[in-house]
Amino acid sequence: MSKALLYDATMCIGCKQCESACAEQNKLPYNDTIAAESVQSAHKYTVVMTKDDKFMRRLCMHCEHPACASACPVGAFHKTKEGPVVYDVWKCIGCRYCMVACAFSQPKYEWGSLNPRVRKCIMCPDRVAAGKQTACAEICPTGATKFGDRDDLIQEAKQRLSQNPDTYLPRIYGLNEVGGTCVLILSSKKVEEYGYPASERIGDTPMPEYTGRVMERIPDFIPVWSLVLGGIYWISHRREEVAAAEAEEEKNGSAR
Amino acid sequence: MKIKLTFWRVVFIVIMVLGLYSSFIRYFRGLGAVSNMTDQFPWGLWIGFDCLCGVMLAAGGFIMVGAVYLFNVERLHSVVRPAVLTAFLGYILFIVGLLFDLGRPWYIWHQLIYMNPHSVMFEVGLCVMTYTTVLFFEFLPNVFERFNLKTAIKWTNKIYPVLIVLGILLSTLHQSSLGSLYLIMPSKLHPFWYTPALPFFFFGSAIAVGLAMTIFESTQSAKAFGRQLELPVLVTLGGALLVALWVNALLRFEDYYHRGMLTQIFKPSYEAYFLWLELTLTFVIPIAMLSFKKVRLSPQLLYLASIFTLLGFITNRLNIALIGFETYVGHHYVPKWTEFSITVMIIALGFFLFGVAVNYLPIFPKAKYGAALPRQTKAEPLLGTAVLTHAGD
Ligand code: SF4
Ligand code: SF4
Ligand code: SF4
Repeated sequence: MSKALLYDATMCIGCKQCESACAEQNKLPYNDTIAAESVQSAHKYTVVMTKDDKFMRRLCMHCEHPACASACPVGAFHKTKEGPVVYDVWKCIGCRYCMVACAFSQPKYEWGSLNPRVRKCIMCPDRVAAGKQTACAEICPTGATKFGDRDDLIQEAKQRLSQNPDTYLPRIYGLNEVGGTCVLILSSKKVEEYGYPASERIGDTPMPEYTGRVMERIPDFIPVWSLVLGGIYWISHRREEVAAAEAEEEKNGSAR
Repeated sequence: MKIKLTFWRVVFIVIMVLGLYSSFIRYFRGLGAVSNMTDQFPWGLWIGFDCLCGVMLAAGGFIMVGAVYLFNVERLHSVVRPAVLTAFLGYILFIVGLLFDLGRPWYIWHQLIYMNPHSVMFEVGLCVMTYTTVLFFEFLPNVFERFNLKTAIKWTNKIYPVLIVLGILLSTLHQSSLGSLYLIMPSKLHPFWYTPALPFFFFGSAIAVGLAMTIFESTQSAKAFGRQLELPVLVTLGGALLVALWVNALLRFEDYYHRGMLTQIFKPSYEAYFLWLELTLTFVIPIAMLSFKKVRLSPQLLYLASIFTLLGFITNRLNIALIGFETYVGHHYVPKWTEFSITVMIIALGFFLFGVAVNYLPIFPKAKYGAALPRQTKAEPLLGTAVLTHAGD
């Protein structure tokens, strides 16, 4: 069963301990300057944003049907069976199609590097595979970021919504968005205000389906189109041959 | 040997020097230093122009091969070779462009061993690689004839039918797939340009541009190399272009109509201005021009119409690649001068190589040469003035 993170913005106190734990886990630099940065980047996989004293985290959503993995020409991204969407830097050629394809614009790039990598939250795959929680969930002092089985977390989120309907906006962001994600968000403020794409904008259809619809036609298209082209070639040149043969005959005939 | 400094030569040298400087920045300071691309705008001018437009402008190759060898339009025979040459050079330069744009170009060969069949980019990559090889073989007879290698000529003639079918098949696939690349971003690309019909539009525009490009390049080479213009060829191409433009325009209209966009596209907005510019250049002006018989019979006016068409479809692709993302991202992307400089360097190289090839290989049919001309150009082997006249256009 796939693992997931449930982030409840109403429980978040903005301590940014998840940021520093993530940096440590992934060997990224972390200091006061970086803590003050409010955007994600190649050296900041997750960020805690503040708006009107309310907090919101951003990180890779670990989509059930990740656009990044479907888009990458060399398959550098893939979704593990436990849920994390991971990246293999060795395969990557740096085309950055993953970055444009991701509806949440999560993959970031090392623009200053001479051998740049794509960077994003990878949901601590080693820890998860070993049965542990992610670093950010483990350190969270209030339980705002909670790690668990996706189905269990959905149940829990629904429960929180029904128990405190006044606290929350009535939706679990990530439940169905782009076919469901492994990061689920509860909040009292619209996630869109923090830069998340609006649900109606991205829809519930997994993004890879849009390209898949075309790609799946190709295996049929190739033989049919080759036959058509070959056929046209054959017909138009057959005519030529016949004409040439006739001309030849005529010449022979008149010479006799 | 004394090399005379003409105006265009100086321009060419300046372009190359600036381009080399920018290349240095690219490979020794990184993508961030050379371009204005950011995490919000990971694809910039190089994808928009060098890749999307480059491949489109090279479409003349498969269109002319198809017309002459598949449909036996004998009249067009004289333009096949220049068209194939342009396509071959176009794809080589496209790959050169990729080497600048890819973050880790030294791993480009990974494409051949780690294949992701779900990826449109993979399909484009594979088709482009194979098609460039096919173009190489379609181009080879020029070299064989130059050195009079009879067996080799016979041998290529045998495989020519396979090359032709394969080349058109691959072109159909990757020309349309360049459009499919954008299908995965319905929430990002502006609805003026995002449509499930993108692959069809990309293929349709490739046909129109292939025709326009052939008109453009025939006229250009006629001017530069002092060749006789063949009016019947141009007239045929002009007529075909008019049909292709109408088909493209109707498809675009249908698409906007079905998606209920017809009122929106007339409301002024940032995107609308660019859309209007695009539609005027691609459809309104050239269709209006080509509708007059007088235009279709005049080389100069045909040339002008083809330029409008080319500019129009270039605007179209840049709109899709750049303008169409600005609202989503929330700010503008303007390429850095070093990005421009690399693009311009690649284009200049293209004109240069074209000129060299024309000087040394039997690209244009012999009978069509003016008596005095080819010899004179041969006296200036590398930096033929002719080439540089090109570079300036
Ligand atoms: S949010 Fe983006 S980067 Fe993360 S898994 Fe989904 S598509 Fe991939
Ligand atoms: S940048 Fe790397 S990971 Fe992203 S799509 Fe390209 S090859 Fe794949
Ligand atoms: S799951 Fe791991 S990689 Fe992702 S934000 Fe949390 S600590 Fe960082």
